[in-house]
Amino acid sequence: MELFLFVTFSALTVGSAAAVVWHPHPVKSALFLILSFFSMGGLYLLLQAEFIALMQVLVYAGAVMVLFLFVIMLLNLKPRGEDRAAFKVRVRWAVPLVLFFVGGVLTAVTGALARLAPAGSHGPDWVAAQGGNIRALGRLLFTRGLLPFEVTSVLLLVAVVGVMVLAKKERR
Amino acid sequence: MGRGGVYPRPLITRCKRHPKEKSLSQVKENRTRGEIRPVLAQRYADGWGVGAKRGRLQPSASPPFAATRRQVSVEKPMSQYPERLILNVGPQHPSTHGVLRVVVELEGEVVVRCTPDIGYLHRGIEKLMEARTYQQCLPLTDRIDYLAGSANNLGFVLAVEKLLGVEVPPRARYIRVIIAEMTRIASHLFWLGTHAHDLGAMTPLFYAFREREQLMDLFEAVAGGRLFPCYFRIGGLARDLPDGWTTEVREFCRTFPDKMKDYETLLTRNPIWIRRTRDVGVLTVDEVLDYGLSGPVARGSGIAWDVRRADPYCGYEEFDFVVPVGQNGDTYDRYLVRLEEMRQSCRIIEQALDRLPEGDIAVDDPTITYPKKTDVYTRIESLIQHFLLVEEGIRVPEGEVFHHTEAPKGELAFFIVSDGTSRPFRVRARTPSFVNLQVLSKLAEGRLLADLIALIGTIDIVLADVDR
Amino acid sequence: MTEAVTNTGGDWLRLIVGLILVLIFSQLNALFLVWLERKVAGHIQLRYGPMEVGPHGLLQTIVDGIKLVGKELITPFKADKKLFVIAPVLVFMPVLVPFLVLPFGPELIIRDMNVGLLLIFAFSTFSVLAILVGGWASNNKYALLGAIRSVAQNVAYEIPLLLSVMSVVLMVHSFKFSELVMAQQRIWFIFLQPVAAIIYFICATAETNRAPFDIPEAESELVAGFHTEYSGMRFGLFFLAEYTNMFIVCAVATSLFLGGWHGPFGFSLGIPGVVWFLAKTYFLLFVLMWFRWTFPRVRFDQLMNFSWKVLIPLSMLNLLVTALVLKFV
Repeated sequence: MELFLFVTFSALTVGSAAAVVWHPHPVKSALFLILSFFSMGGLYLLLQAEFIALMQVLVYAGAVMVLFLFVIMLLNLKPRGEDRAAFKVRVRWAVPLVLFFVGGVLTAVTGALARLAPAGSHGPDWVAAQGGNIRALGRLLFTRGLLPFEVTSVLLLVAVVGVMVLAKKERR
Repeated sequence: MGRGGVYPRPLITRCKRHPKEKSLSQVKENRTRGEIRPVLAQRYADGWGVGAKRGRLQPSASPPFAATRRQVSVEKPMSQYPERLILNVGPQHPSTHGVLRVVVELEGEVVVRCTPDIGYLHRGIEKLMEARTYQQCLPLTDRIDYLAGSANNLGFVLAVEKLLGVEVPPRARYIRVIIAEMTRIASHLFWLGTHAHDLGAMTPLFYAFREREQLMDLFEAVAGGRLFPCYFRIGGLARDLPDGWTTEVREFCRTFPDKMKDYETLLTRNPIWIRRTRDVGVLTVDEVLDYGLSGPVARGSGIAWDVRRADPYCGYEEFDFVVPVGQNGDTYDRYLVRLEEMRQSCRIIEQALDRLPEGDIAVDDPTITYPKKTDVYTRIESLIQHFLLVEEGIRVPEGEVFHHTEAPKGELAFFIVSDGTSRPFRVRARTPSFVNLQVLSKLAEGRLLADLIALIGTIDIVLADVDR
Repeated sequence: MTEAVTNTGGDWLRLIVGLILVLIFSQLNALFLVWLERKVAGHIQLRYGPMEVGPHGLLQTIVDGIKLVGKELITPFKADKKLFVIAPVLVFMPVLVPFLVLPFGPELIIRDMNVGLLLIFAFSTFSVLAILVGGWASNNKYALLGAIRSVAQNVAYEIPLLLSVMSVVLMVHSFKFSELVMAQQRIWFIFLQPVAAIIYFICATAETNRAPFDIPEAESELVAGFHTEYSGMRFGLFFLAEYTNMFIVCAVATSLFLGGWHGPFGFSLGIPGVVWFLAKTYFLLFVLMWFRWTFPRVRFDQLMNFSWKVLIPLSMLNLLVTALVLKFV
């Protein structure tokens, strides 16, 4: 059962992620991205991280992507077809670049994770001992992950201020 | 009061004869030679006609009264505004009060420009009248503003009576006032219900219709018709009031102010209602005069122009009533003005009922009034009189007449040209909705789409009244 | 799945029976609410409402439903066919999920998940998505405007909604419905968190697109808003989803602020918990209907200003005060 669900969700995640890139229509691309996020939520659930799973659905599939779609529909982007050839040319460059970046990010993240939570130390037993998923995550975030957490929030604040400045400029 | 305590000029002045038409006989001659159309067209082209081109309201073909219309921003092709959305509101739309079509250019939710497109309900009433006797014209006037049938009847019969030079007996006059004021209340109630519904409050509609239903029943009792009573006749009334009718009207007037409290609690102090209407669609005194607006729309801006007071007819000078005016000229003020007008109409009805005399209900003139039915059956003179009135109609002396009245929606005027026959040579109805509607595009510019709907409601148009 | 979700182990029978009950209950409930709305509207407006089919028109909505099923499903020529068809399904499926965690009574929770409250809000965002997709796929300007309004409104009102809920969660230290309700055995949270309760209810009204915040489907402006082009049972699904959503937000309000299955101040008066729960929920539903037939509609900019300039700062402040009080008192 678990294997079946895992295969389904993984296939959905990867398949719809590919469709995001390949689909010519921006609106449908965005919808596939939502599907991808949603099935990723399913994967989190299989990892017994139900809080993260719901946050994935609530924040990414719900709020963020709805805003994305909103903007795409407002701008009324047309499906593009004529530059498919140029797109194919770009793919040749894109693949190594993507591999490079993904590799870099993965190394960095796993390195950071290893320092934050060494492998094996934060298994299901530990989570249960902490009194559930949410408590465990909260404790980890506000003790060992405090600095990255606060840095992220400052980053978001900068983004908010930046948006305000840009929006104000437009009005004048 | 606007402009130094002087009432503004009546918005339509007497229409003079065009210099190319030396006399009425020449006009008649033209008609017999089939050349009337070019001559009439010339009159319009020179701006002599009252209403200019019938049909489409377009800035380029400016009718004379819209000459001061504010120029819209410099025209650019739509392709230069890719972010603009053209929304076609109407002619089938829940809140355009009939078959109004408004072409709206939107930037997001903001109305950049809106152009009312009218004519969907044009029935050619003015033209139809030229082929009918004066009595036959009367039911047509009911259909001009179908929410205030009797008010249109009154305007028309008063114009014809002015041409005939007759004065109706006092009883008929008082009954006319009662019916006209009841019509005003009914029309305002309909406006209140639909206006509130446009702004999302559905319940006031049912409360307003509860009272309107009472009025409709009273109309039915007196005339047989509800929406189109056609109770007034040239020279008087169709018949006398039924027994007990006045007590019922008194009862209505007694209870009505209490029932108005229902609307007040639902709307007047409701913060959402105030925010939706206050400072929305502000009209200054100058704008009102420039656009030739009348009725509650003008009074909402503080112009105490009410034909009943300014140029009394039907003996309105005898009655004690207040002409309510607003201060800010916004939608909320116009709402308050109309509510107060309903109370004042109630007062007028009560006064008229108090003074209602006994007596005839029509002038005693065999060339105008139909004989009694019993006389038609028994006396040959009456039979002939009846036959002549039906077959030929009322002969109206040659001449032109202009008469304006205060209809619920504003100043309603009839201009009639008679060539001495029993059919009008030309009738022109200056209807309040048509004139008031032109300010819509100016009011809606730069406001939200939701405000456009509120503005259509606050101008209080009836498309039958706009298109005729 | 695993224990993380089910908590009590693989009690499949309970899940299946629960799902069937949820389907039946949510359908009947939506039909009943439509009937109730028409009755409430009628009596507020000096009418009777439906009276013909069944006693006091009780069967009217069932007949209407049959009529809707029998109607032709019109797909506009220029619409995006696939998305147009998906949207009503997309709006209806997520509204069934919250029933899994709603605490109808002490023993009447199908799955008492420890993230139950979050589950409801996670899935409620999907109705916005469906509205957006449906409005856009219709290829109708009114529908598009309705969809755009809907998104802006939902994004604006979800923030104060979650913030007000958070202040209750802070007090209980749990997202679990059973614990949230048990914490209110003595005193309901509406007395301890009145500001949060009011903000929650206002936002819930907006989230379900109900008057006076019904601007996505404001009929006098946008004809029917996002579902202008929908006919037959596709429209019916939007309609049923709206009423089911109403039930969900009111049920959540009951369990968060009105003590769920508890009677007032610990007195149950011998009435079973589920009756208390449903009575309070339906009372809140009645209040929602009362709103609709009393207030005019607010304007779009006023709606946004109200959320961003009043509700969000207020709920933020409320959360802060709650946190400070819990820490230092």
